[in-house]
Amino acid sequence: MEKILSREALCSAYEHCKGMLALRCSAPHDIQSAKKDILCCGGTGCHASNSKELMDNLRNLIREKGLEDDVRVIQTGCFGFCAAGPIVKVMPDNVFYTQVMPEDAVEIVEKHIVGKELVERLLYVEPLLNERLHDYAKMSFYAKQQRIALRNCGLIDPESIEEYIAHDGYQALAKCIFEMTPADVVKTVLDSGLRGRGGAGFPTGRKWDIAAKVNAPEKYIVCNADEGDPGAFMDRSIMEGDPHSVIEAMTIGAYAIGAHQGLVYIRAEYPLAVSRLQKAIDDARATGLLGNNIFGSDFNFDIEIKLGAGAFVCGEETALIHSMEGQRGEPTTKPPFPAVSGYWEMSTNVNNVETYANVPQILLKGAEWYSSIGTADSKGTKVFALAGQVNNVGLVEVPMGTTLREIIYEIGGGISGGREFKAVQTGGPSGGCITKENLDLPIDYANLGKIGSMMGSGGMIVLSDQDCMVAMAKFYLGFTVDESCGKCTPCRIGTRRMLEMLEKICDGNGTMEMLDDLERLAETIRDTALCGLGQTAPNPILSTLRFFRDEYVAHVRDKKCPAGTCQKLYQLTITDACIGCTKCARHCPVDAIRGEIKKLHVIDQSKCIKCGACIENCPKNAIVKE
Amino acid sequence: MCKNSLSPALADKFAALEAYIADLNITRDDARRRGRLIQVLHRAQQIFGYLPREVQCFVAEKMYLQEADVSGVVSFYNYFTTKPKGKYCINVCLGTACYVKGAEKVLSEIERVLGVKADTNPTEDGLFSVSALRCVGACGLAPVVMVNEKVYGKVTPAMAVEIINEYKQRG
Repeated sequence: MEKILSREALCSAYEHCKGMLALRCSAPHDIQSAKKDILCCGGTGCHASNSKELMDNLRNLIREKGLEDDVRVIQTGCFGFCAAGPIVKVMPDNVFYTQVMPEDAVEIVEKHIVGKELVERLLYVEPLLNERLHDYAKMSFYAKQQRIALRNCGLIDPESIEEYIAHDGYQALAKCIFEMTPADVVKTVLDSGLRGRGGAGFPTGRKWDIAAKVNAPEKYIVCNADEGDPGAFMDRSIMEGDPHSVIEAMTIGAYAIGAHQGLVYIRAEYPLAVSRLQKAIDDARATGLLGNNIFGSDFNFDIEIKLGAGAFVCGEETALIHSMEGQRGEPTTKPPFPAVSGYWEMSTNVNNVETYANVPQILLKGAEWYSSIGTADSKGTKVFALAGQVNNVGLVEVPMGTTLREIIYEIGGGISGGREFKAVQTGGPSGGCITKENLDLPIDYANLGKIGSMMGSGGMIVLSDQDCMVAMAKFYLGFTVDESCGKCTPCRIGTRRMLEMLEKICDGNGTMEMLDDLERLAETIRDTALCGLGQTAPNPILSTLRFFRDEYVAHVRDKKCPAGTCQKLYQLTITDACIGCTKCARHCPVDAIRGEIKKLHVIDQSKCIKCGACIENCPKNAIVKE
Repeated sequence: MCKNSLSPALADKFAALEAYIADLNITRDDARRRGRLIQVLHRAQQIFGYLPREVQCFVAEKMYLQEADVSGVVSFYNYFTTKPKGKYCINVCLGTACYVKGAEKVLSEIERVLGVKADTNPTEDGLFSVSALRCVGACGLAPVVMVNEKVYGKVTPAMAVEIINEYKQRG
């Protein structure tokens, strides 16, 4: 692609490129159209399910049939519907195929592309209607979503700057540089009501305003891509599926605050995101959209990638800055805020990936448009990573104020295995749980705070009646203990003491006094820890104690785990329903089951490791947890 | 210099690392040279497979840093390891989504079959080492097990055994 050295050049690049998306953005055609784009998900999830091999097969078959002039196979970013991956979408037909294996390529090409007929067996079955749907717009997973941050994911090829430009890419940056002053840009973001999507929800415009007003010899703009919350993967998907939007937004932010160097701090666990982002940075630089004299103006800005090395605490901005400086990623007290003294003691502005992904659209469509979406205190949309015991695991982007019921039951398709809903954990190890009573609460920053949870980065883990809340709290505490950097005592020692108490409770050695101690210690840590990690670490305990105290009491007083998760609190026994088929004995990995054929079998409790293999293999459901 | 007489293979590795550091043009009076440390350690671990003391010393010397600074960084971050890994690194994701879907059972089955605990030494034949990691972001496939770069999704304890056997046969 030629260098884009003026606004006019961007417009002609757009005119030149826009045809690339014609098949994908036009109204659904009839299946008879000869020209087609076959979109294949190239996100981490679908890659793991061999989507690469599938793409190779499709390309080879298209070539063999001599169709390569009419039919293109395009690797896109994540469609969000990870539960049904690998995903293939055929445009302009608007046909959505799910769980497509590499060997299915033959049928797609021969039947759909050549024969102009749907491959029925690969169509998505809508669980609510029990009907095969081919029109993606009718799927309940997508019907309630509104995609701003994810607008390009699953639509464009993330490795093609041309396709990004074809979908209004870099127009917002051009508008900023040629029509707006830096103060105008800050004001637009401020008026839009956009708040940080990484956790605490600080207004982005205010952050920019503070950084813009600081007088410093050097300023830095940083993208926090250290997505550490286990169970959240929206930042990864944005970087893999639409890396240019992050670059464009950082450039806009740099223009607004007066920075000339940007840094992306990204987890080393995300190799695909790193390589896509690096390619996007190289392409933007080669096109004149990064580097000196962007669009031929006097504005200079460039971006460098900094790799993390696996430390959750580095999501905290002061720890992140120390890590970029090659130090241990330990946080420091604020103030001074990074806007005053950050990277190399210079003014530094840190925003999260999803926050950035909203920025170009805000600048293009205006603050009023953005602030018309959402609730009074939370504007715009939020991406949630829906996971756990829910049918449609995946990424969903909904307007703020959507209720949990809509997310879990309509978009998420309900609880998996027909189990009963128990709670949702939001905000990861820093958040809390939301119970049945609050299913109809509109989700925004204020409401989640009121019920003792938090937005966090948007991880949403759905739990069913088979999940033990005490064990969940223990799981999160185990995580924080591992990830505590050790700098401050409340977090280093306090979280460990809490974990020990939870372990005792789960092992049936807890006391009722322990519950009060746990609560008191949790409150002390919340009030005294140095950084966000420690201050929020007690949240999973406080919230489960508040809503599920009876489960704690059952563990302590009755020595029972109602959900049947805590291994020390149950035994596996075989009931009279046993028909003596010997299946359980054959599947037991430790030979703990004895019994003659066609006679009742018995489990040797001294050998049993409670792995549950017998339960899974018993044809008569004769093995129970007691 | 803590490097003694080296085998040719090891000498090549040190040479590769030295060339990488040289390309960064680090000078003693650059106050910000430490900002390159994590990136250099990533490269070093790629080359050597792990970061033994000798490698840490080498990095410290070439970057004009204190050995204690390098060691402090290596010990802080989970990604860096000072122990050699097996030929096949089995990583079991213990992120929340995987945990809820039974990843702990998968991990304990792998530990039982291989007879090694997670995050300790590799198996005696040097083929496998086992680690637990936090979220690879493939929550749609939970529980997830990675063997080197290859991702396996929706893994049950029985599948984990099959996967191990597959790699055992490859040797």
